[in-house]
Amino acid sequence: MPDPINTPTSTQSTLQAVRFRGGGFHPRRHPWAALAAFALLIALWEGTSRVGLASPLFLPPPSAVGRALAGMIADGSLWLNLKASLLRIGVGWSLGTLGGLTVGLLMGVASVARAVGVPLVSAFFPIPKIALLPLFILWFGIGEASKFATIGFGVFFPTVIAVYSAIDSVPRNLIRMAQSFGLPWGAILRNILLPGALPGILAGFRITASIALILVVAAEMIGAEYGIGAFVLMAGNLMQTDTLLAGVMVMSALGLTIGALLSLLERRLLVWR
Amino acid sequence: MRLLISDLTHRYDDLTVLDRIDLVLNEGEVLAVIGPSGCGKSTLLGIAGGIVAPSAGRVAVDGPVPDGCLNPITYVFQDFALLPWRSVEENVALVLAHHPLPAADRRARVEEGLRRMGLWEFRQALPKQLSGGMRQRVGIARALAVRPAILLLDEPLSALDAQTRELLMDDFLDLWRREKTTALYVTHNLDEALRLADRVVVLSRRPGRIREIVTIEEPRDRRLAPAAQAHLAEVRARLWHLMKAEAQMADREIARA
Ligand SMILES: Nc1ncnc2c1ncn2[C@@H]1O[C@H](COP(=O)(O)OP(=O)(O)OP(=O)(O)O)[C@@H](O)[C@H]1O
Ligand SMILES: [Mg+2]
Repeated sequence: MPDPINTPTSTQSTLQAVRFRGGGFHPRRHPWAALAAFALLIALWEGTSRVGLASPLFLPPPSAVGRALAGMIADGSLWLNLKASLLRIGVGWSLGTLGGLTVGLLMGVASVARAVGVPLVSAFFPIPKIALLPLFILWFGIGEASKFATIGFGVFFPTVIAVYSAIDSVPRNLIRMAQSFGLPWGAILRNILLPGALPGILAGFRITASIALILVVAAEMIGAEYGIGAFVLMAGNLMQTDTLLAGVMVMSALGLTIGALLSLLERRLLVWR
Repeated sequence: MRLLISDLTHRYDDLTVLDRIDLVLNEGEVLAVIGPSGCGKSTLLGIAGGIVAPSAGRVAVDGPVPDGCLNPITYVFQDFALLPWRSVEENVALVLAHHPLPAADRRARVEEGLRRMGLWEFRQALPKQLSGGMRQRVGIARALAVRPAILLLDEPLSALDAQTRELLMDDFLDLWRREKTTALYVTHNLDEALRLADRVVVLSRRPGRIREIVTIEEPRDRRLAPAAQAHLAEVRARLWHLMKAEAQMADREIARA
């Protein structure tokens, strides 16, 4: 067939091109934009200090923060404090997660457990868990146990909620299918409920990891010798703002690392999605 | 194995869905069930397979369990009901895992099911990598792996496009040519019923009652032959006549609700 537009015909003068109007509203990747914005922000920050717009005491330039960070690494204080915080997060989060998985699972599969659990969880969930630290200090002493308890308690309730709603979201038709083939209860739990709930459970981990990070810093600010929270508080008290900001950077890096690890775990475990 | 349904009534709360159904599914027979949307076809199948408890009435099977049969009454689902996190072969193996079988037998059953459905090369694929037709073939392979005596199929082709539906109908024909597995086949689609069934049960609109049972005299394998067309057209007209009024009324009922 001949090209109908480029063939001269009697109607040539009335031809009008159809205008493209489908652009925009479509997310595209701009990998350099974020990096450029970041660099610009740091340069601006450095610049304001250099020209004297901001007092280096209140807003030290990034170069000073970097030097403070290097100093922390050199004298071992970074690792000393980070280690203390990591231990608290690790133990507290694991305790809360273990408990939350167990209770959430029970509430997911047993309607009696759910009837008992839902009002209790709803009552405890909104309490800012840091408010319980003084009580836990009275119970467990000022040492590590009260911090583990605060973090564990803070992690427990969101985990319970994540787990039982994840179990609810497993399609019922898969369970009916398994029953119709005579799979026993334990096999349905292992092969259908748990893998089906895994995406929701991992999404819950993301939330509880950030809760653990907040709680560890708060608890360390209330009473701890070592730990990133204690370190930052001390630097503030001594007006060492560069060291303070270096500590904040470490927290940010910690949060990013935990997030990246969880993303890795999700990619590994949820290839089927 | 035969399946006997007697004086079956089912209610969801106040809603009566099935009303006094008596039905016998004979050994080796393919019985299609058609009826307007919402008349209780899926409920009937659920009760027949023991995954819905009926409000009243009884369901029984009659006859010995055939050799090698692990799950006498076995479903094929409209939405395939595959585990998305398991590969094709793992989905089939799932329904064998709780049976005490020698490992070799287990493997042989999985392989046989997959080969028959043309899935052997795709055994390591995940469901998301397969087309709809392939997914339903996994569902059929899974059902075959337990060597069922009675197959319950709930609109097994209605999630598929027309061409894929034709291909899978051929697979079913092949199955029934070789195995003569007794089957209760729920469908919306007259073509499927006319191609696959020995008898067709027409249900009324909700509450579902049996309006009529129509026998298709022509053997399944000869239904595409020109000589069969007159009889099939007659059956089709009869079925459509029975369905049309029910469907129209059901349609209006739903619109009012
Ligand atoms: N678990 C349930 N609880 C309450 N009502 C239900 C339930 N399952 C089905 N129903 C209702 O019972 C009626 C019959 O449902 P059923 O699924 O058996 O019909 P169907 O004939 O298979 O319909 P379709 O052709 O749409 O698949 C419908 O009106 C439906 O809304
Ligand atoms: Mg249905």
